[in-house]
This record gives sequence, structure tokens and C-alpha cells, in this order.
Amino acid sequence: MAYIEFTNVCVDFPIYNANGRSLKKRLIQVATGGQLGSDQQGRVVVRALESLSFTLKDGDRVGLLGHNGAGKSTLLRLLSGVYEPSSGSARIEGEIGSLIDISLGIDPEATGRENIYLRGGLLGMRRSEIAAQIDDIIEFSELGDFVDMPLRTYSTGMHLRLAFAVSTVVRPEILLMDEWLSVGDEGFKRKAEARMSELVRSTNILVIASHSRELVLHTCNRVIWLEHGKIRMDDDPQTVASAYFGT
Amino acid sequence: MHDVPINIALRDIVAAARRYPLVGMLGWQDVRQRYRRSALGPFWLTISMGVMIGTIGVVFGQIFNAPMTEFLPFLAAGMIMWAFMSSVISEGCAGFISAEGIIKQLPIPLFVHILRMIWRNVLILGHNLVIIPFVFMAVGKPLSLVALLSVPGFLLVAINLAWVALVLAVLCARYRDLPQIVGSILQVVFYLTPIIWMPSLLPQRAALYLLELNPIFHLLEIVRAPLLGQFPSVTNWVVSFVLALIGWGLALAIYGRYKRRIAYWL
Repeated sequence: MAYIEFTNVCVDFPIYNANGRSLKKRLIQVATGGQLGSDQQGRVVVRALESLSFTLKDGDRVGLLGHNGAGKSTLLRLLSGVYEPSSGSARIEGEIGSLIDISLGIDPEATGRENIYLRGGLLGMRRSEIAAQIDDIIEFSELGDFVDMPLRTYSTGMHLRLAFAVSTVVRPEILLMDEWLSVGDEGFKRKAEARMSELVRSTNILVIASHSRELVLHTCNRVIWLEHGKIRMDDDPQTVASAYFGT
Repeated sequence: MHDVPINIALRDIVAAARRYPLVGMLGWQDVRQRYRRSALGPFWLTISMGVMIGTIGVVFGQIFNAPMTEFLPFLAAGMIMWAFMSSVISEGCAGFISAEGIIKQLPIPLFVHILRMIWRNVLILGHNLVIIPFVFMAVGKPLSLVALLSVPGFLLVAINLAWVALVLAVLCARYRDLPQIVGSILQVVFYLTPIIWMPSLLPQRAALYLLELNPIFHLLEIVRAPLLGQFPSVTNWVVSFVLALIGWGLALAIYGRYKRRIAYWL
């Protein structure tokens, strides 16, 4: 059971220039009685998302469309709980899994095996859970004996296969993705595709940011189109995709 | 949304404490990563610490004309504890800044990053502790049972350092020139605190200011004195306790108030 409810959620980014970040400037300002004025304070605020309201329920497969800078990544970060709304309320119930940066936390000097534990731990898995699945992970990543070598000796493909194999082991209730994950050569791709589909099937709510029409039409049953931080359209994939991509 | 700041802070800290396996793993990872390709690994720290204690011991022992049996164990215990305390404080400044990648991607309780940093330094302290028995043997000073008292002392120091690190991590995420200030303050405190000089060398009046009014001295004493076979004074304990209480109160208020902003500041 997963549930997401956003009511009038806004996100403002404070932009600190060098002045705003310096304690000295701040102290001088206090000492001079704050006479320097607000424009000297360097508090420029960028509104990244503006009064978003929507509800997501079990079974929703939501695609996020929008140009660069429309607020897709910020929305994903809000959903993952990394950011808190500047105003409005975001209620998120359910275990969250993020496949946004699958290489995060990977240490090039450590061996593949150590990295599996490291990455798994960051994703919230217990050591015993990882230990139970590690053979599957190693087999899936097709690393063979390389798994006990430091990661810096890996090729890019091997690196990604390992990251993919670990990251897709978790089965969260709410799954967040930035574009579809696709790694490896032809043979691996097919396997990865099957794994991804299974992952998406088992999750209660999927939110995926994308620029691909096929993906949205194929995977999603609802699409939110963001423009300048606001919801431009929130409807079924066909309608939004034809409006967004043009027909 | 309409939570009391203290609750936000407490919830995060409890959640972080529950993730102790992750904290443990990341802390080990940090230590290992630093010394991955060196044969002696973290024991390089032990060696450089040993060399430093030896050098300072010989030079200052001559200058102060202090008996080596007293001065060397005092110096070793003090230097090793100070190395721990100062690195927790200075690395505390980067507590959130250095974890930016994780903080911006994964909803892991933020206090995990502080615990990880403290744990990493505890591990390094463990490597440095090896020096103590050697020094005691070298000068022929026996280690008494009183030394066990330094364990609760150490816990109290760690609790105190945790709030300092948490407050600094929050403030430094916002004000990026604070780490430099903290660095200079630490250097001054190092000389103000009896670490490389013995308190017995001080004239009475100076002792009042440099010892009684110096919180770092009290924290240091509850660990160092038992190691040297003395009981810490009641004042040492009381000051350390009160410091922990007030400090954590302050830290919870600041952390609760600003926790939600930290991800935006990074």
C-alpha cells in the first residue's frame, strides 16, 4: 500500500552568492544594522516548482514529461524525501526506492564484492539480506572472478552491470527513475530489460522522468507534463504525449 | 509539516542510530579507502603519531626539565586524545558538505553522516591507542585499574563531540568560510590546553584561567587522568556532563530548525 499526496507544493531554491555564504559579511551586516539592504544580501530565490497538487495511488505508473529545467528532477527529489517542500504539504507513504544514480556510493578502490555490500547498504538492505542474494547478484552481473578485483580495473560496461545488478535487487513500494535504465551489450540488455520489467511490475507506484515518447506510451498509465515548475497537463499518456510531442 | 523542530531532530537521530550497520560499514570504508594501496595501512597514522610524540617528548621534556616517566605518558595520552577530538571537530565541519552526493540522492537520515565521521575517527583512534602501552613500557610506568574509568569518560567525550560536530556540520553547510575559522580556533585551543605542557608547571593564577575555564581541558581530563592512574576531579565530570546537556539541547534546536534546509544549502 503506497500513497502520495501533494497539496500546493512549492520549492524555492535560495541562490547564495559568495556574499551570502560568508559569515564575515553576515556579521558586518549585523554590526552595521543591516543597512546594506536586501539586494546586497544575495538572497535570490528561484522557484523550481509552483503549487503542485496531485495524488498517486497503488497501480499508478506516472511519466514525467517536460523540457530541461521544467522541474522533473526536483520533483523526483521531493518524492524521494531528499527535499522538503518550501511550502505546501507532501504526504508520502510507502518505502521509496530510487534508481536515479545507480553508481552512487561506489568506491573504485574497493572490490566488486565490497561494493555490492556498500551499495546495498546505502539502498537500505541489511547485511544478511545482501549475503543471501550476493550469488545471484554476481551471476546476474556476469563478472565471474572479477568480482574480487578492485572496481577501478573494470571496464565501463562491467561497472554499470554491477551497479545495475545491485540496484535492481531492492523491491520498493514507490520506485523513482530518471529515464529507463539500459546497460550492457545485446545479451545483457535483454536480461536487464526483463529485470526492469519485473521490478516495475512489482512496485506499487512508479514515477519515471523521461524524454521518450515510446517509453511513456509503453510503460505509463498517467503522464504529468511539467512546464516552468507548474503542471501543464495531467492526463492519460495518449493525450499528453500527443500534446507534448505534437502529432 | 507542523512538527516541533525538536521532534524532527530526534526522529532523524533515532532513524540514524537504527542504521548503525550502514554507519559501521561506511566508516570502515573511509578508513580502508584512505590506505587501500599502502602496505601498513592506517598504521602509518600510528607511526607518524609515535614519531611526533617521541620528538615533542624529547624536546619539551628537556625544555621543561620534566621527568620522562611523568611527561611521556602524559604527552602520549593527551596527544592521541587531542588528535581524535580535533579531527572530529574539524571533519564535523565537512560532515554534510562531503556527503553531498548521497544527501541529494538518497533519503538516508542525515545524522548517519555525522555518526559515520565519528566512527571513522574512533577507528583511527583505535590504531593510535597501540602507542600507549609502548610508551608506558618504555618509561616503566604501570597501567593501573583506574584506567578503566577512561571508558565512560571517553563515551561522555564522544557524546559531547557529536553535538559539536552536528552543529558545525549544519552551520558550515550554510556558511562555507566557517571551517577555516574552526581550524584556527582548534590550533589556538591546542596550545591553551595542557597537552604538550603539564598543568603543574603553571603559576596558580594562570591555572585558573587555562584549566578551570577551559571546557576542552575538562573533557580531556576525564579520559587522560584515569589512563595516567589518577581520578578525574568532580569538577571535570560535572563540567563535561553539563556541557553535554546544554550542547545537545542547543544542537537539537538548531538541527530541528534547519534540517529541512540542509539539502538545499548543499
